[in-house]
Amino acid sequence: MKTKTVNRHPSAKSRQAAQIWQLRLYIIGRTSKSLAAFANLKKICESHLKGRYLITVIDLLKQPQLAKGDQILAVPTVVRRLPKPVRTIIGNLSDTARVLVGLDLCPTD
Amino acid sequence: MNGTKSILQLGRLPKCPTGIQGLDEITGGGLPRGRPTLVCGGAGCGKTLLAAEFLVRGAVQFNEPGVLMAFEETEKELKANVASLGFDLDGLVQRKKIVIDHVHIERSEIQESGEYDLEGLFVRLGHAIESIGAKRVVLDTMEVLFASLPNEAILRSELRRLFRWLKDKGVTAVITAERGRESLTRNGLEEYVSDCVIVLDHRVSDQIATRHLRIVKYRGALHGTNEFPFLIGDDGIGVLPITSLALNHTASNGRIATGIPRLDAMLGGKGFFRGSSILLTGTPGTGKTIISANFAQTAARRGERVLFFSFEESPDQIIRNMHSIGLRLEPLVKRGLLRFHSARPSLYGLEMHLATMFKEIAEFKPHVVIIDPITSLMHSGTDSEGKGMVTRLIDYLKAGQVTSLFTSLTQGGQALQTSESAMSSLMDAWVLLQDFEGNGERNRILYVLKARGMAHSNQIREFLISDRGIDVVDAYIGPSGVLTGSARVAQGALEKAAVLAGQQEAAQLKREVGRKRTALERQIGVLRSDYESEALELRRIAEQVGTRTFVLGTERAASGLLRQADVTVEAVTRGKTKPERKPR
Repeated sequence: MKTKTVNRHPSAKSRQAAQIWQLRLYIIGRTSKSLAAFANLKKICESHLKGRYLITVIDLLKQPQLAKGDQILAVPTVVRRLPKPVRTIIGNLSDTARVLVGLDLCPTD
Repeated sequence: MNGTKSILQLGRLPKCPTGIQGLDEITGGGLPRGRPTLVCGGAGCGKTLLAAEFLVRGAVQFNEPGVLMAFEETEKELKANVASLGFDLDGLVQRKKIVIDHVHIERSEIQESGEYDLEGLFVRLGHAIESIGAKRVVLDTMEVLFASLPNEAILRSELRRLFRWLKDKGVTAVITAERGRESLTRNGLEEYVSDCVIVLDHRVSDQIATRHLRIVKYRGALHGTNEFPFLIGDDGIGVLPITSLALNHTASNGRIATGIPRLDAMLGGKGFFRGSSILLTGTPGTGKTIISANFAQTAARRGERVLFFSFEESPDQIIRNMHSIGLRLEPLVKRGLLRFHSARPSLYGLEMHLATMFKEIAEFKPHVVIIDPITSLMHSGTDSEGKGMVTRLIDYLKAGQVTSLFTSLTQGGQALQTSESAMSSLMDAWVLLQDFEGNGERNRILYVLKARGMAHSNQIREFLISDRGIDVVDAYIGPSGVLTGSARVAQGALEKAAVLAGQQEAAQLKREVGRKRTALERQIGVLRSDYESEALELRRIAEQVGTRTFVLGTERAASGLLRQADVTVEAVTRGKTKPERKPR
């Protein structure tokens, strides 16, 4: 539903487009899942958000205290901090369609 | 540390005391140390509370810090909830004794894409454990995860890994879970946690709700298998029995006077045994409360502490009523020797009553406890619950060498003995009060039905209540049966009259004999005087004869002289008539 509103509103769309996307990827160690998740995320961002995204990778092995803040249980987890609202996707992001839905990115964009 | 301890205990499972009243007794020392325990039950059973108390007591009493991972309630809510039980969770968190981590996942906010695991949970938990060196972990309620995470297969394998991981960490964990319809838990968590499973239950029977706790499983240890009632009081959870059910209390030889000397006399002359349980049964109005109050006053005046549980009258009412028969309880209350505790039996369930009583007893440390009446308490639960409660109460009191007096109300028309069969076997002494109707009046009688371990009187006594107190008197027993009250007095008067009549008769007889004796004596006197007068007469005649002979002799001599007769005749006559000799 939100997707539709955003699409109908050109001003909202442009604002969204102008904003830098802040994404956090929570991983634990350099496991195959972590690496796959990072690669998948980067691929999606490159194709849909080129030049206006920022991915922060947080390794919970080094900073376990950060897990509490974003309510991380599963790893890998991507949290979209900006634009609001906060959205969460868990998994290695192999299913691109679901990632796009999860990040609220229109696949046609 | 874990390893060395288990070696020291020679294979016995090391245990982690919960500090929860009663739970450690049932489990034989606590939950299995270093292993997870599953606590399951329906909504409102007290799962979270049990888990929270386990943590708080661990931190406060056993210096074992703990982590509470809450999936349902927020930190703030938890703090507020347990604060009502007197647990200062906030303070413990600040002193780094407890870490609370609220895990919150909204399924609608989460999109799943590809493989994942729950390592994040492990990291969070691991971080929390390490930050304070936690020994105890509570996961409340894990099942929320089943609703939050879409992939159940991943969740199940991760949970299995989590419990393994908790064991490896060596923390004692409590995991709470919702009770399922057919299995112990809704999502079958019992498959993963197999060391110890505790089921909580909240049931309503006869409109009274009771919480129960049962240890379904405790691998490698003996445990109580029964369903134990427990309750949530002002200071947390209390599982009953608080004392073990073993029969091993010491028995005192000391005696305790009843305050009624004649009753003491009936009980081997010295009263009840100290630390024994005494049952006082009677129909309404037979004076049960009065005897109890008298017992209380006597004990308190000796300087002993007496705790009086009243389930029918308020303390003021008892004090006022007892005043009318000359018992002064108020000064004893003021001196702190006598304490009343009044509550309506229907106020709460049996367990709550029991726990309240235990608490009062533990606090006041009485020498004598009076429960007036036990029957109204027993009616607030089922028969078996009631008996169980009395058993536990008596056990608890006996363990503390407290003399207990239970009054029991027998309804009119009920057979006295049968109605108390549930309780009587638990009691050491049983005194029965009864109404005795006859001659248009009711009188109270009393007898000792049993008194274990002492020679006691088999007599029925009449029991009198006056404004000077209580007295026990002999009932009149005669050919017409047992007589009490005015009949006894009348019988007494009758006997007195009979004795008086006898006395009068004897006196009369005595007088008669006396009279006869005087008559006899008088007759003897008459006879004697007759005899004496006759004797006198006889002498007089004899004298007359003598004189006549002498005169005759002299005359004969004179005539002989005149006729000149022999001299010899004169001499013989003179010798025969000598008047000096008197017959006596």
